[in-house]
Amino acid sequence: MSAAGGAGAAGATGGMASRTSGAKAAVAAFSGTLGIAVLAILITLILTAPLILAAGASPIDAYLNFFITPLTSQFRLLEVLVSATPILFTGVAVAIAFRSGYWNIGAEGQLLMGAVAATFVGMNVEGWSPLVAIPLMILAGALAGAAWAFVPGILRVRLGIDEVVTTLLLNPVALLVVKGLVQGPWRNPDGITESPPIAAAAEFPTLLAKSRLHLGFILAVVILLIAWYVLSRTATGLRLRAVGLSPHAARFAGIRVERSLLMVALVSGAIAGMAGVSEVAGIQGRLTPGLSSGAGYTGIVVAMLGGLSMPGVLGSALLLGDLNVGTNSAERALGIPSQVGDVVQGTLLLVVVGLLAIRRWRVHRSDRPADESEPPPDDERHVEGAPG
Amino acid sequence: MIWLFDLIGATFRNATPLVYGTTGETVTERSGILNLGIEGTMYFGAFTGFAFALWTGEPLLGLLAAIIAGVLAGAVMGLLTVTLGANQHVSGLGLTIALIGLSEFSNRLLIEGAEQKRVPPMEQWNPLGFLGDVGTIAQQYGLTYVAFLLVAPAVWWMLGRTRFGLAIRAVGENPEAADAAGISVARVRYASLMIGSALMAVGGAFLTLAVLGSFTLDIIAGRGWVCLALVIFGRWRVFRGVLGALIFALVYSLGLRLQIMPGFEDVPQELMLALPYLAVIAALAISGRNVAYPGAYLKPYRRS
Repeated sequence: MSAAGGAGAAGATGGMASRTSGAKAAVAAFSGTLGIAVLAILITLILTAPLILAAGASPIDAYLNFFITPLTSQFRLLEVLVSATPILFTGVAVAIAFRSGYWNIGAEGQLLMGAVAATFVGMNVEGWSPLVAIPLMILAGALAGAAWAFVPGILRVRLGIDEVVTTLLLNPVALLVVKGLVQGPWRNPDGITESPPIAAAAEFPTLLAKSRLHLGFILAVVILLIAWYVLSRTATGLRLRAVGLSPHAARFAGIRVERSLLMVALVSGAIAGMAGVSEVAGIQGRLTPGLSSGAGYTGIVVAMLGGLSMPGVLGSALLLGDLNVGTNSAERALGIPSQVGDVVQGTLLLVVVGLLAIRRWRVHRSDRPADESEPPPDDERHVEGAPG
Repeated sequence: MIWLFDLIGATFRNATPLVYGTTGETVTERSGILNLGIEGTMYFGAFTGFAFALWTGEPLLGLLAAIIAGVLAGAVMGLLTVTLGANQHVSGLGLTIALIGLSEFSNRLLIEGAEQKRVPPMEQWNPLGFLGDVGTIAQQYGLTYVAFLLVAPAVWWMLGRTRFGLAIRAVGENPEAADAAGISVARVRYASLMIGSALMAVGGAFLTLAVLGSFTLDIIAGRGWVCLALVIFGRWRVFRGVLGALIFALVYSLGLRLQIMPGFEDVPQELMLALPYLAVIAALAISGRNVAYPGAYLKPYRRS
């Protein structure tokens, strides 16, 4: 929806620009969602070049390693998909929430709770059929993620407590839950801080021989397609998006805003929880404190870079998966610490949101309708008036 | 009794980074800007402070570097949210991700090695040592004294009693009116972000320079998010925020001490560590109902 809207908007100004200048037309074409993403990546690479020079490597070599090397062999290509899997889930979770006017920044915690539930089921299904064990585990993880998202959701709709703060605060708590389990009741007999392995029946099957690509990737793509269909093709999706665009107007149109927000909180949490299931059952085979590696926060980058549209989320998750494999290969080949990937991600998010703001006032001036590729800056929570 | 004095002393010590963070965030939010970059700014302050103290051998130069790092972080936030009018939630989260990444990247490049690098921790002051056990409450790092006796009162005075503070509140409540009255909205918001972020960075540097004398990954561990909650809990008032920080630190310090008490051996350490976060959420649920946010909260200002 949003990608189409962006392209339509770019097309509309394309027509307008034929009456003005060619340069203006080029700028207008670049104000589409895809244009913003491409421009943002270029600016980010320029901004992060000093870090690569500081690490004693050539930026050109580094960028080739970051983005091109992962695409050069079948094994690496499949690793890109493996890396993209958790952030596809969290990207969808965040995009749904932001589109619907709910600031779920707790995907990290919801992911971890999904992983906890998956491990619990996985350790107790020895000898079961995978056809039962795997769906049960996915369901448990989704429910755990939704349950973790329920508290901020209900506090928001019942008491008006800002969900930004509560979802954020529950992330360190979820990490403490994981650490407490692997150092306590689920301590691995071999000593290290991870749980015992889950049963073989609970492990996600791999999709290809000699590859780590697993069922979780298929599941993530299916969830993304369902999310796309519901958001852009159903009345429910229209209601959710209406609340995201303007809660006042949605309420005036008879939409039950609180119900919509709570539903979005639960759905978003459930999808983030499935990311945790996928990492436990597809990659780790056990619960470890480091199993997320920040996928909950990367989901925000994925969602924003993708213009909060599902096709965009797919594209940006693949790109950041590529970057993740690439920064690891650059660490081995060029000695650049792989943490450069986090700097690139954060900078990318800053550049994207900056470019969207610039486009917003361009849009404002030319009276083009705003699209839904970024969340509205404000909602009805914040009552006007002096601080009490 | 010594147990109680130790607990009170630890409460002030553990509240110190939160006092800096909460006071800093109060300044930026009073000017109308939610700074979710706080977690990253504290992290960056912690790293920069430590790195410069290690390099120069002088903790005070480390502290100065942390302040400069904070001012720069605030300027980046200002560029996005004030100059460009970008979405404040996303800008802040991006800043946090970028600054944590930058700290860990630089840590790998400059510092990390076989052995843990350390700087001499800052000295504790003990002005009431002659009082015996009671005096241990006052045995604190200089930065703790600065937080409670200098920074919090000064920011309270600045916000409530000076022209500059009035300007901050004006652009946070009604930027159109402030602009009409001749106040530069952009300049005041930049200044608020830089001052607030510098305080946040000092809060982070307190952990590396005073408490630990070293830098470890995940050193902030959500303290920035706690400060965001404390600002709301404190209704954007400096001393109510400080009170919130003390309550959080009391629960935190109590949890750490209960673990070594008889009868608590079987309670997992992690539960005790999670308790203060849950307490903050509970406090928000009880007191954060229908709070009045600053009038221009989250709203970019553009002359039309």
